Amino acid sequence: MTAITPELVAAHQLTPEEYERIVRILGRPPTYTELGIFSVMWSEHCSYKSSRLHLKKLPTQGPYVLQGPGENAGVIDIGGGYAAAFKIESHNHPSFIEPFQGAATGVGGILRDIFTMGARPIAVMDSLRFGPLDHPRAGPRNRRILEGVVSGIAHYGNCFGVPTVGGECVFESCYNGNPLVNVFALGIVRQDRIFYARACGVGNPVVYVGAKTGRDGIHGASMASAEFTEESKQKRPNVQVGDPFMEKLLLEACLEAMETGAVIGIQDMGAAGLTCSTCEMGSRGGTGVEIELARVPQREVGMTPYEIMLSESQERMLLVVQRGREEEVFRIFRKWGLDAVAVGEVTGDGLLRVKHHGEVVAEIPSRALADEAPVYDRPRTRPFRTAPLDGPDFESADLARDLIRLLASGDLCDKRWIWEQYDYMVRTNTVLGPGADAAILRVKETGTSLAMALDGNGRYCYLDPRQGARLAVAECCRNVSTVGALPVAATNCLNFGNPERPEIMAQLVEAIEGMGEACAFFGTPITGGNVSLYNETLGEAVYPTPVVGIVGLMRTQPPVRPAFQGEDAWVMLLGGLGSCDSRQFGATQYAKVILGELWGVPPALDMDYERRVQAAVREIVSAGLAESTHDVSDGGLAVTLAECSLGGIGAEVDLRADDRPEFVLFHEGPSRIVLSTRQPEAVERIAAKYGVEALVLGRTRPGVLRMRQRGRLLLDCEVESLRRPWASALELALRG
Amino acid sequence: MKYRVFVSLKPTVLDPQGQTICRALNGMGHHWIADVRQGKYFDISLAEGVTREQAERDIEQIAQDVLANPVIEEYRVELLEQ
Amino acid sequence: MKFGVVVFPGSNCDHDAWWAVTHNLGHEAEFLWHDDESLGNADAVILPGGFSYGDYLRCGAIAKFSRIMRAVERFAREGGLVLGICNGFQILVECGLLPGALIRNRGLKFICRQVELRVETTQSPFSSEFRKGQIVRIPIAHGEGCYVADPRTLEELEAEDRVVFRYVDNPNGSLNDIAGILNAGRNVLGMMPHPERASDPLMGSTDGLLVFRSMAAALSLAR
Repeated sequence: MTAITPELVAAHQLTPEEYERIVRILGRPPTYTELGIFSVMWSEHCSYKSSRLHLKKLPTQGPYVLQGPGENAGVIDIGGGYAAAFKIESHNHPSFIEPFQGAATGVGGILRDIFTMGARPIAVMDSLRFGPLDHPRAGPRNRRILEGVVSGIAHYGNCFGVPTVGGECVFESCYNGNPLVNVFALGIVRQDRIFYARACGVGNPVVYVGAKTGRDGIHGASMASAEFTEESKQKRPNVQVGDPFMEKLLLEACLEAMETGAVIGIQDMGAAGLTCSTCEMGSRGGTGVEIELARVPQREVGMTPYEIMLSESQERMLLVVQRGREEEVFRIFRKWGLDAVAVGEVTGDGLLRVKHHGEVVAEIPSRALADEAPVYDRPRTRPFRTAPLDGPDFESADLARDLIRLLASGDLCDKRWIWEQYDYMVRTNTVLGPGADAAILRVKETGTSLAMALDGNGRYCYLDPRQGARLAVAECCRNVSTVGALPVAATNCLNFGNPERPEIMAQLVEAIEGMGEACAFFGTPITGGNVSLYNETLGEAVYPTPVVGIVGLMRTQPPVRPAFQGEDAWVMLLGGLGSCDSRQFGATQYAKVILGELWGVPPALDMDYERRVQAAVREIVSAGLAESTHDVSDGGLAVTLAECSLGGIGAEVDLRADDRPEFVLFHEGPSRIVLSTRQPEAVERIAAKYGVEALVLGRTRPGVLRMRQRGRLLLDCEVESLRRPWASALELALRG
Repeated sequence: MKYRVFVSLKPTVLDPQGQTICRALNGMGHHWIADVRQGKYFDISLAEGVTREQAERDIEQIAQDVLANPVIEEYRVELLEQ
Repeated sequence: MKFGVVVFPGSNCDHDAWWAVTHNLGHEAEFLWHDDESLGNADAVILPGGFSYGDYLRCGAIAKFSRIMRAVERFAREGGLVLGICNGFQILVECGLLPGALIRNRGLKFICRQVELRVETTQSPFSSEFRKGQIVRIPIAHGEGCYVADPRTLEELEAEDRVVFRYVDNPNGSLNDIAGILNAGRNVLGMMPHPERASDPLMGSTDGLLVFRSMAAALSLAR
């Protein structure tokens, strides 16, 4: 029997107060196994103890929401009797330790969250952040991490058979020692076939299915809640290895088993494995769960109860099955070549009771574990920032060269090298895939389509977390609207540093409040998501990086893409030229790439105007008036026009603006969309109806991009001279 | 001089490849197959004039840093030819 | 007429092929389970794309031992139409219904891309609806699609007009730019590109549908 010492408690990342609380709940000191169980369930990763209080501020309900936060994934009504289940989740720490497996198991985890709801996954997107590939010190490692993460995502998603249809990839030095890997997944389910992670019906058997349990990632959940130190790098915890083939079998078998009606509840075993699934199912069902660990299929010999309960072996599920119908369910799993074993049953006493060869090794009230975890109102001050408010004086020597440098920069360059490694077409629903503002997936079951996008901007949030989060929501909704869809719901992944530092805690709270405000305004409630804290290495925190994923509804139609489609179309700017002052310019890609600086504040946002611009573009697209649409974001108007031109058809435009040319071309003011059309008057009429500007900038022209400001030539480029550096930048950078 | 470096997953790390192959072999009727673990090997030939001591230090380091992923894999070095 | 789509554990384009046949082509299709011994009353068989058995050993290496493949081999020997797409092509070469092998792409990476193919022959039940020399757009999505064979086999394939599709811009290093080949009896086609992904105008191309149309035409002639 292992003695519970203060050192052991500390090694489990539990504070002395938390330990006292455990003793109070149990009425006695915990066993070693119980200590382990509490430590994972009360870790930041599982309990959200630092963020829970503030997450309550997010809007979670709306006309389309069928299931808000608290289940494995959020669920929205998409019409026709069907629903979409979706969520985004982080796998940051594991992807740093072992990029390939870390990212792969990240994909695996979120896919299980989707299909435990009864939904078949039809799309994945990734939001990735790495240190710069050309960083003088960390460059080689950053390149290795990127390559590993991308092939890990590709390996898992491709083999499983879900298309990876979009996402983002951004580079900043703050991610050198702490990359962010956020994976979004979405699935489709019939509304009357949605499954929940609840253990109901006393006496019903609890069934374990899928891969055997090994000593994988023991204490991964509490590791994900601690900062990286040189020591933890040395420790090299037991990394989980993903098996997408097993997961594919699990998907098919689970969906088939659910069809029988014999499955009552289902929960995947992800972080905190068997512990989390047993006590959460009991807690949600208002019941208890008793399991016998000797019956758990094991991959290694001599595993202790502690190890079995805390193992994070992948591709495992826990089912509650209607008593007497076990054989029906077992038969299906056998057909798919999977282990399915009854390991326990639902009890009426509200306790998680764990036995090992008949001996009770843990007995804890489920509710205490799952819902009565400590909640902290951590002290906070002003959000951490060291950037100045005012930037340097500057003047562009050559606007065309600046544009080319921007297009060849990490954040803006072509990401084809990444997304061509992903099967983005499998399941033949991808109407619009990677490289567009938003992905569009047709839903075969309903005949309608869904659009989806991921957005986040760490630079903006670092300068002002509240405004940065609002801008991320606005941009994501704009991206979805730009392809013609109505944004209806959101999911979020909040990546921050150590919440025990008051200035980091302030970032988190401000960002949540800003996101909540914008989500409420744009009618996109948060239906679920994930918080990843302690994203720090050696005391250096990442930029506050809230990532939002938005899902929109649309009818099925041929997609409108960013690229100009033909010569002599009118190029229009919906939303107007916007404006910018010298402080707001400090957040731009121009400041980052050309000047190597960061200062000031993020762009201003008029949410009401933004909403009207989005409504206008949706109407323009659904009326079939636009040949192309592309929102103005990172890099500003010049970069947007260049991106529209990269397919070969460029443009000749004249900007009637009075600001200095650097601002006019490169400021990142929101609420703007570039479109091309043959019917400018009709577009103007719709814009006028919504009270938004619709400026005719010029015409599309083959092979050139020419920009004037009130007649004065600012830049004149062959499209090919823009395309080549843009297209080759990432591959060149990866070569080092 | 020639060395062979064997790289395989650590025994405690899940080997999905090996496991799937094992299941398939069982399915084909080879019931006595209890477990399959897969790995790979690298044959490395060295230029003349290297001392054995220097070579072994080098190979060891290459195996550790390049050929194996120490997070999940282990390796073994064998001398094939003097 | 009825198409049978074989489902191996790990197939993931099975539903796509089924959808292309039933919704885009407008014929019947049913799934055939890998562990079954019979093809039922299928008039033609499709081995779909995916990662059968995880493709952990070699692509297609384990699938070839599955029970249904005995039936597929019999069916092919008797002249039945068998279309292997991507992983299906890999299975067909593993079990010897088609010559050669498919190895890692030249660039060592998985590639998902819309590519152009040249139709080299219309003398087959899979390509009669194309024009010879026609350039078509059908996407690829594979990590091991580099076609290799010994010189004699290649010569034979060329001499007997058994190369149906060739890449216009070779993405994976395949010898002779080969994207799809026939067996000597011309009733078995293996191709790495995915015709089922180019069968619906919404997906950006309907060129792949002509493969299924050709099969349907051949089957109705045979009736």
